Amino acid sequence: METDGNSLTFIALFLPFVAAALAPALTRRMGHKVAWVLAIVPALLFIHFASLVGTVASGEVVTGGHRWVPSLSVEFSWFLDGLSLTFALLISGIGTFIVLYSGGYLKGHEHLGRFFSFILMFMGAMQGLVISDSFLMFFVFWELTSITSFLLIGFDHSREASRRSAMQALIVTGMGGLALLAGLLVIWNATGATSLSGLLETDNALRESALYGLAFVLILGGAFTKSAQFPFHFWLPNAMEAPTPVSAYLHSATMVKAGVYLLMRLNPVMGETAVWETVLPLFGGVTLLVGGFLAVRQSDLKLMLAYTTVASLGLLVMLTGFGSEHAIEAAVLYLIAHSLFKGALFMVAGIIDHEAGTRDVTRLGGLRKAMPVTFGAALVAAISMGGLPPLFGFLAKEEIYYALGFASLWSAVFTSVAILGNALMFAIGFAVALKPFLGAEVKTPNHAHEGPPLLWLGPVVLAGASILAALVSPLTHRLFSIPMASAVAGEPLDITISLIPSIGLPLYLSLVTVALGYAIYRTLGDVRARVAAVLAAIGWGPDRGFDQVLRGIVRGAHGATGLIQNGRMETYMTLTFGIIALAFLIPLVGAGEMPAFPQLPVLTLYEIVVLALAVIGLGAVLYADDRLTAIVSLGIQGFAVALIFLLFGAPDLGFTQFMVETLSVVILALVMTRLKLAKSDHRPTGEKALDVTVASLCGIGLMLALFKVTEISFDPALSVFFTEYSRVIAHGRNIVNVILVDYRGVDTMGEIAVVMAAGLAILALVRVRLGRRVQHAEPQIEVEGRETVA
Amino acid sequence: MIETALSILVGIFFAVAVYLLLSKHTIRIMLGVVVLGNAANLSIFTAGRLTREVPPVIPPDLYVPEIATANPLPQALVLTAIVISFSLFAFLLVLAWRAYQDLDTDNTEEMRIAEPKADPLPPLSY
Repeated sequence: METDGNSLTFIALFLPFVAAALAPALTRRMGHKVAWVLAIVPALLFIHFASLVGTVASGEVVTGGHRWVPSLSVEFSWFLDGLSLTFALLISGIGTFIVLYSGGYLKGHEHLGRFFSFILMFMGAMQGLVISDSFLMFFVFWELTSITSFLLIGFDHSREASRRSAMQALIVTGMGGLALLAGLLVIWNATGATSLSGLLETDNALRESALYGLAFVLILGGAFTKSAQFPFHFWLPNAMEAPTPVSAYLHSATMVKAGVYLLMRLNPVMGETAVWETVLPLFGGVTLLVGGFLAVRQSDLKLMLAYTTVASLGLLVMLTGFGSEHAIEAAVLYLIAHSLFKGALFMVAGIIDHEAGTRDVTRLGGLRKAMPVTFGAALVAAISMGGLPPLFGFLAKEEIYYALGFASLWSAVFTSVAILGNALMFAIGFAVALKPFLGAEVKTPNHAHEGPPLLWLGPVVLAGASILAALVSPLTHRLFSIPMASAVAGEPLDITISLIPSIGLPLYLSLVTVALGYAIYRTLGDVRARVAAVLAAIGWGPDRGFDQVLRGIVRGAHGATGLIQNGRMETYMTLTFGIIALAFLIPLVGAGEMPAFPQLPVLTLYEIVVLALAVIGLGAVLYADDRLTAIVSLGIQGFAVALIFLLFGAPDLGFTQFMVETLSVVILALVMTRLKLAKSDHRPTGEKALDVTVASLCGIGLMLALFKVTEISFDPALSVFFTEYSRVIAHGRNIVNVILVDYRGVDTMGEIAVVMAAGLAILALVRVRLGRRVQHAEPQIEVEGRETVA
Repeated sequence: MIETALSILVGIFFAVAVYLLLSKHTIRIMLGVVVLGNAANLSIFTAGRLTREVPPVIPPDLYVPEIATANPLPQALVLTAIVISFSLFAFLLVLAWRAYQDLDTDNTEEMRIAEPKADPLPPLSY
C-alpha cells in the first residue's frame, strides 16, 4: 500500500502537467467536448486522494519522495496529513467540475485549448503546493500558482483591463512569493529544517528563536498577499477580469486559500504567540469588514462575490490566528463550506452572464422560470453562505460563534466583527442567488434560457455536496474536518457540531446575524448608495495607489536614465574617469595605505633627456595650436617611450614601439588631414577646470598606486622560472620571444586574432559606402600585426 | 629607485591621456587613446621593476644568463599590449572618420543618433 500509493502520488503530481501539454492538440481535434476527456484527469486525482482518506483519518501521515539535490539536502518529497488531503480533495474535486464548466462556458472560443492548458497547469501547481513537503518544492509550486494565475487573468489579453489585472496580481503575489522565500530561508536558518514535516517536528524551536519576528513578518507577507488580506486585497476583485471558471476556481475556491493554508500549516510551530494572536485576528477582522462593505458597493455579480471572497479570507485568517481550538475547528469548517458554496455561486454568476448577457444585478430579474436548475443550485449555495440549516455553512457559522463568544472584550470585539461580516455576506449571498431570479422578468441582452449540463453540473454538484456534508456531519467530521483541524492545531481535536442546534449563545448570535443580514438585504440599494458615497469621499485606495507606484517607477526610471545617460559622451567619460580616480585614491587615502615618500632616483644624463623628451612631447600634444602639430608631437612622446624601453633592457619593445608609433602618426595624419576640422580644442573655462581636475586626480592616483606597488617587495618567481628554463626546455635564447611564442603561445594567437578582427572590421567600415578612398590605411595595419609577433 | 621617476612619468602620461579623452572632438580623443596605451604599457613595465641596459637574452654559450637581466615577463605582456592597443586605435580612427563622413561633425555633442535629445516617456499604460 505504502509504495503503491507512493508511486501513484508521484504520478498524480505530474498528471495535470501532462494533460496541460496535450490539451491544445486534443482541443483542436475535439472542440469543447474535450472537457469530458480532460475532466478525467482531476477525477482520477480525486479518486487517488479519496483512497488515502481512510489512512489519514486514522491519524497516519502519508509521505514519500525522491532525492533531488542530495548535496544540498533538497528532496522532492510530499506529505499528506488531514490539512493537505482536504485541500487536495477540494482542488481535484472542484477542478473536475471546473474543467467541465470551462468547456461549456468557453465553447467555441478560439483559444479554448490554451485555456485548458493553463487551468490544468494551475491545477498541477496548486496540488503540488498543498502536498509538497520540502521548502524548495513548496516555494516553486507557490510561484507557479502565481504565474498560472497571471496567465489566466490575462487570458483575454487584447483588453487593457485584463493585462492590468494580470500584472497587478503577478506583482502583488510575486512580491509576496519573494517574502515567502526569504521567510522559509529564515526558518531554515532558525530551526535547521528543510521541509514542512521536519519543521513540524521542531516543536518550540522557531517560537523561541531570535529570528521568530523576522520569519513572522516575511511569512505573513507571503500569506497576506496571496490570500488578499487588507491592504493587499485589491488585486483579487481585479482578478475577476479572468473568465468566470477561473474566478470560481482560482480566486475563490483554491489559490487564494494558499495563504490561509500556509498560516494553518505553520500554526503548530508559529502560532500561540502573542504577536500571532494579535496580528492575524486584527488584519483578518479588518479584511472581513472591508471586504463585506466593498461587496455591498458592487452591482456586478462577480465583483460582489469577489469582495465577499476577500471578506471570507479575512474571516479565515482571523479564526486561524484567534488561538483557540474551537476557532481552528471553525476555520476548518468554514474553509470547506466556503470552497463549496463560493465555487458554486461563481459558476452560477457565470451561467447568468453567459445566458442572459449581463451580470449587473440591477439589470437582471425573473430568471427563475427560464433557468430553474441554476436557480436551485444558487439558492442552496446562498443558504450555505448565509449560514442557514441544513447546509454545511450553518455548521461553520455555529462553530465560529461558539469559538469567539463574549469571554473578554477582545473576543467580544471579534464576535461583533464576525456578526457584521456574516450579515453582509448573508445579504450579498442572497442578493446574488435571489435578485436575478425573483421578481418581474427584466429584458436582458440575450434571451435567457437554461444552460447545457456542462454548465450547471458544477454548481449542482457543489451545492449538493454542501447539503450532503451537513446531513452526514459525523462522517464528514471524522473523515475530513477532524484530521484537518488536528493537523492545523498540531494535536488531536474533536469536532462534534451537527445540524441539531443546541440552544445557547451561538444560536442567538446566528439569529442576530440573520436578522441583520435580512435588513441589509432589504435595503441593499440604499446601503449600496451610501457605501458608494463614503468611498467617493475617501477617493483613494490601494488600487489607485498601485497605478501611481507603477507610473512613479516608470517616470523615476526615465528621469534617472535621462540624468545618467544623457546622450553626452563627455558626461560618461567624466563620470568614468572620476570614478577611476576615486578607485585609485579612496583605498590609498581612506585606508591609510599611502606610500612612503619615495627616494628620488639618481638619473644619468641621457635618462633625464629621454624623460624630458616624453614630457615635452606630451605638453606639445596638449598645447598644439593646430592638429598637425599635435599629431607630430604625439610622435615625439611615442619615440620617447620607445627610447625608455631601449634604455631599460627591452630592445624588442623599443623596436615595436618605434614601428607602431610611426604608423600611428602616419595614419592619423593621412586620415585627419582629409577632414575639415576645427583647428584646436577649445573648452570653456569651467569645463577645462573640471577636466583638468579629473585628469590630474587620475594621474596622481595611478602614480601613487605605482609608488605603492614598487615599494613592496617583488616576487620574481615567474620571471625566474622563464629565465631558467627558456633555453633548457624551450631552446630559445631571447627569453621575451620564448615567452610569447612558446609559454604564452595560445595567448599570442589570441592577440593575432584580435588584430585580424580589427583589420576585418576596418575593412568592412571602409567598404560600407565609399570603398576606395582610404584603402591605404588598412593593409598597413595587417602587415604591422604580423611583423610585431615575429 | 629608478621606478620613482617612471612612476611620475606614468602619472603624467595618464593625466594627459584622460584630459585628451575628455575632449569633445574625436581627433583629440584619438590622441588620448594613443597616449593612454603608452601610459598603460609603461605602468606594466614599471611595476615589473626596472633594470638598466641588460636585455633578457641568454648568451650563445650558456643555458642560463650569467648576470641579472631585465625582467622578461612584463616585456612579453607589453609587447602584446602594444599591438592590441594599436589595433584598437586603428579601428577607432576609422570609426571616427566614418562617423565624420556620415554625420558631418567631429563633435561628440552633436552625435545624437543613438540617444536623441528628446527621448519620449515610455508608455504608462499596461
